[in-house]
Amino acid sequence: MTNWKVILGIAKTHLLTKMKSTVTASLGVTFGIGAYITLVSFMTGLNKMLDDLILNQTPHIHLYNEIEPSEKQPVALYEEMQDAVNVVRSIKPKQSQLKIHNALPILNHLRNNPDVKGASPQLRAQIFYISGSIELGGNLTGIDIMEEVRLSSFDDYLIAGSAEALENTDNGILLGAGLAETMSLDIGDRVQISTIKGDIFPLKIVGIYQSGIADIDNIQSYANLKTVQRIEGEAENFITDINIKLHDLEKAAAMSKILEKQFGIKATDIKEANAQFETGSNIRNTITYAVSITLLIVAGFGIYNILNMLIYEKMKDIAILKATGFSGKDVQLIFMSQALIIGVIGGFLGLIIGFLFSRLIDQVPFETEALPTITTFPVNYQPGYYLIGISFALISTFIAGYLPSNRARKVDPVQIIRGT
Amino acid sequence: MKKVLQTVDINKHFRKPVDFHVLKNISFEVKKGEFASIMGKSGSGKSTLLYILSTMDTDYEGKLYLNEELVTGKPHQELSRLRNKHIGFVFQFHYLLSEFSVLENVMLPARKLAARSDAEIEHDAMEKLEMLNIAKLANKRASRISGGEKQRVAIARALINNPSILMGDEPTGNLDSYNAENVFQIFKRLKEEQGLSLLVVTHDHDFAERTDRIIEMEDGRISGNLTDSAR
Repeated sequence: MTNWKVILGIAKTHLLTKMKSTVTASLGVTFGIGAYITLVSFMTGLNKMLDDLILNQTPHIHLYNEIEPSEKQPVALYEEMQDAVNVVRSIKPKQSQLKIHNALPILNHLRNNPDVKGASPQLRAQIFYISGSIELGGNLTGIDIMEEVRLSSFDDYLIAGSAEALENTDNGILLGAGLAETMSLDIGDRVQISTIKGDIFPLKIVGIYQSGIADIDNIQSYANLKTVQRIEGEAENFITDINIKLHDLEKAAAMSKILEKQFGIKATDIKEANAQFETGSNIRNTITYAVSITLLIVAGFGIYNILNMLIYEKMKDIAILKATGFSGKDVQLIFMSQALIIGVIGGFLGLIIGFLFSRLIDQVPFETEALPTITTFPVNYQPGYYLIGISFALISTFIAGYLPSNRARKVDPVQIIRGT
Repeated sequence: MKKVLQTVDINKHFRKPVDFHVLKNISFEVKKGEFASIMGKSGSGKSTLLYILSTMDTDYEGKLYLNEELVTGKPHQELSRLRNKHIGFVFQFHYLLSEFSVLENVMLPARKLAARSDAEIEHDAMEKLEMLNIAKLANKRASRISGGEKQRVAIARALINNPSILMGDEPTGNLDSYNAENVFQIFKRLKEEQGLSLLVVTHDHDFAERTDRIIEMEDGRISGNLTDSAR
């Protein structure tokens, strides 16, 4: 029968009388776990930010009509020339419309698919911004603004104004930051734009958009889909692009192939568009875990060392305990509980210190052009990491305590008492 | 009369560094209420025998009975329990746990046994300390008391579970004559007042002479087994 009260009492006395070793061992765990929490929170925070940078701005699947030459030139259909070698020079792209055929039914179909988080229509139009006598070439994209906010955190890229303002202003425009600077315009001002056909429309600036990429910010602006359709003089079903977000990124490649066949339009998935994205993110994660595990193993060795020393010092005590009727298992439990007490105290302190450090990093200013809404370093406070931290503290102290305590269990009291 | 301890043909070998036959066909018994001593030269195997009797050493051939119950071959866990309940042990070098107080040292085996409540154990421990005239030391750290006092604390600890037999490995070997006499008187009183059985390994002739029975050992054999009356 195990008498926990006595065993824990002895363990407590040992720990308290050897305060210095206890504190050293606990601090080893504390620093290991603290560093792990800090590092993993910070690294995954940064990782997530970098991933979002790409993921937010890139749809998982992008549907559009590509202007391209026909795969089969008319001569290939001519039966009499079937066995001949046909050479066609100066091929021109096929005459086709820019808009996606049957865009609205496709949107409806996509939105009913359970894998799809959302599908947003876009209309890209070439326009000119008119500033006095100067015309600046650029793009105006008509979007469903609230859907973009939901699917791609569009509002994170607004440095002034708001998405709601565009939603509520029929002739509003979100002007690119570079454009706003070039034309010395700000929120509330009006900007005149001209279509390729030459029609001029005044639009009210309700927000400034900054993607962080100067080339985009110098030409790109956004307006409501309907507004752009009106400017272009097109009907409500005139949509040039459909951006799809899925619940599961991994399904993008397969689904884009199906959509391409099903609707006869061009579909690109995110991995095609950003092949390097996943590699970078995987390598960063691997580094994070490699460093964390190293830290935790170092902490484990610290505990192992200190317990080992403690057991050497306590050989005589172990012999007395055994002589007075404590079994080997009791003695092992005494030292195991010391290791676990160190693990629990050190581990929880480590979590607290890790949390405090994370808070500290969270306060450090970090400004980047790419993400205008971020002002401090990103930190990920996912509880899962704290769970992993404390579990590892317990597991590593358990192993570090098990080996020396197992030796204590096997100590032969007769040898110690007789001094041989 | 009831036998507290009995051995039948106990043999032991030390296998390292070379095979050495330490104990040869040891058979004897200790009766209830008997105060026996084991004497012999260094290397005669008397301490080795004592550790086998204490159940701590299990590497031997032959049979060992405690309270007329065979203990040879029992698992370690069970032996620990028997040792805890039935055997009190006093060493040459006091061997107290230095981080604990005197009282805690005395209480420890009883707490392990957990047959009584903590309050009862503490009461019993104080009683034992008082009997040995060291009650005033109860709350001192075990590392802060003198050698003679330590040995008396060790005796109190050995008695806390009211064992069937008290074993001593040269309990007076490390004490001056005053303290040695003191320990002997304590043993004698325990035997007379409480009917405790005692088995003590000693070098000290004067000490042995005054016990009920001297078991003499030579080269791993019992060479003489003299009761008081035969001397």
